[in-house]
Amino acid sequence: MVLAVMDLSVGRGLVEVLRGVSFRLAPGAALVLRGPNGAGKTTLLRTLAGLTPPFAGRVEAEPDSVAYAGHADGIKAQLTVAENLDFWAAVFGRDEVGAAMDAFDLRGLADRRAGELSAGQKRRLSLARLLVAGRPVWCLDEPTVSLDAENVARFAAAVTAHLAAGGAAVMATHIELGIGSAETLDVARFAAPPPSAGDPGADPFGGDAPL
Amino acid sequence: MIALILRDLRLAFRAGGGFGLALAFFLIVVVLVPFGVGPETGRLSGIAPGILWLGALLACLLSLDRVFQLDWEDGSLELLATSALPLETLAFAKAIAHWLTTGLPLVVAAPLLGVMLNLPGPAYPWLAASLAVGTPGLSAIGTFGAALTVGIKRGGLLLSLLVLPLYVPSLIFGAMTATRAAEALDPLPPLALLAGLSLAAAAAMPFAAAGALRVNLR
Amino acid sequence: MSSLWEYANPRKFMATSGALLPWVSGLAVLCLVGGLFWGFFLTPDDFRQGSTVKIIYLHVPAAIMAINVWLMMLVASLIWLIRRHHVSALAAKAAAPVGAVFTAIALFTGAVWGQPMWGTWWEWDPRLTSFLILFLFYLGYIAMWEAVENPDAAADLTTVLCLVGSVFAVISRYALLFWNQGLHQGASLSMDAEQNVADVFWYPLVTCIAGFFLLFLALVLYRTRTEIRARRLRALLAQERTA
Repeated sequence: MVLAVMDLSVGRGLVEVLRGVSFRLAPGAALVLRGPNGAGKTTLLRTLAGLTPPFAGRVEAEPDSVAYAGHADGIKAQLTVAENLDFWAAVFGRDEVGAAMDAFDLRGLADRRAGELSAGQKRRLSLARLLVAGRPVWCLDEPTVSLDAENVARFAAAVTAHLAAGGAAVMATHIELGIGSAETLDVARFAAPPPSAGDPGADPFGGDAPL
Repeated sequence: MIALILRDLRLAFRAGGGFGLALAFFLIVVVLVPFGVGPETGRLSGIAPGILWLGALLACLLSLDRVFQLDWEDGSLELLATSALPLETLAFAKAIAHWLTTGLPLVVAAPLLGVMLNLPGPAYPWLAASLAVGTPGLSAIGTFGAALTVGIKRGGLLLSLLVLPLYVPSLIFGAMTATRAAEALDPLPPLALLAGLSLAAAAAMPFAAAGALRVNLR
Repeated sequence: MSSLWEYANPRKFMATSGALLPWVSGLAVLCLVGGLFWGFFLTPDDFRQGSTVKIIYLHVPAAIMAINVWLMMLVASLIWLIRRHHVSALAAKAAAPVGAVFTAIALFTGAVWGQPMWGTWWEWDPRLTSFLILFLFYLGYIAMWEAVENPDAAADLTTVLCLVGSVFAVISRYALLFWNQGLHQGASLSMDAEQNVADVFWYPLVTCIAGFFLLFLALVLYRTRTEIRARRLRALLAQERTA
């Protein structure tokens, strides 16, 4: 088990968004999060990545096992593609960036400044960082934004290879990636009910009882 | 941590990185002072240590909003927060990078600008020493201020309001070191206090900064 | 089993503070009016300072409260940090503007007192200057609360700021002593030294200090209640939206 989520409640700011989320991911498993905009996919992923503290419940994973990729690419425009990847390799204590470049066809762009890349190329660079990080659990928020069909296939291949190597992935995405083993979780099922007094993590100033 | 410092240095030196802006600001402040107080060399040499320290402090302040803001905007900060690098280390590395790109050039430039303000001879080494010892503290304290305001749009003014009162002790001890040297008094006590302050700030402020970053990243 | 922490419950706090407020407010007015009248009109002029000494009845209580309000904010912030009681964070938020105004009163009355005594409105005396710096800390703290949208994040950030600010306020105090020895007379009141104010001035002064303290208590209770209601309103609007 690389990631276990137990009775998790997550929220943005003071507002609880999802409640009672539970799932377990074995090595090689992938989970695709679905749900309308604002349903809480991003909040759930940020909580899994340890950025947002949960309202209640637990996320169990090995320390430093989660790699997160959000909406922002996290790319420095003044650095070249290779320099960007080298930096992340150093931060994650690894030295191998060649395979990551190959997986997302970045060799030809290695010496280009990242600021000159197109949106899709930037996204590929940001996805290549996942391979560089070398972490077993991927938490990806809309990873295929701005990718064309060819590069969506590249991404799907990278995920498949990651799963085959014993990794796991949780992804919020609206397109069909064609990853056979992927299961789907509709987060709308876990939409938090309107707050009532006594909820763990509920706004202590809310509820029905008057002040 | 080394990689982060190197990256920040590289970014500072690349186009648009802002290296040298603080230095130019320092120069302008020092050049403007005689226009304000008059050209008499006697008066200028009396206030030179204070002006140089104040100029260095303001130049340092000016560059603080870049410390975390750029990484915040492009998403690097949350990625760094999910990496194995503790936020405390991150804040410490950021303070070091800020000092290398801002504080260190100020230390080098200050004696040259001292000539323009007719700083008395014996004060030069002590001015440089006080800035060399004091500016790391300014960077450490400033990094904390930058961490507090990272999530706030147009937080630059708030950052100044928060950080400037925290700079008071450093300014007092630093300027006093140079002033006492200029007046042929023993400059060592304020320098020692300044060193203590900088060391304490370098040791403690990364923890406060990391706490603030954690809140802002939620 | 009754404990102090019960008042961390907003409802309990509202009920208790609502019952206490008229008494606290009434006592504050009584002490302030009585103490100031006593001090201004019923005490003799000082043989050196003349009638200007009477500003002591505003200056000293305001200065004492200026520091103690910050200490109260520090304690309230620590309670928020450790036990996550929202009322505590809101009380710290509510106290800050009151403390800032007390500091401003101490600075202003100090200037008014200093003019005839020292011949200058403002003197960069360490005592006065440290109150000026304290005032800047208050401004920064209030601005931090105003700048952050999420109230819990604002509470956390201001807590860190309050902790760091407290340390630096103390360091600044000693740095200023090092910087300038100062004109300010010794403390009017101190715990360890012999009483250095004659009894005729002492009793009205203590009444005024009590009055300022009660005034602070009343204002903080009012303001905390307002903050709690604002949070309640926010929560109800959020409930409305999700329902």
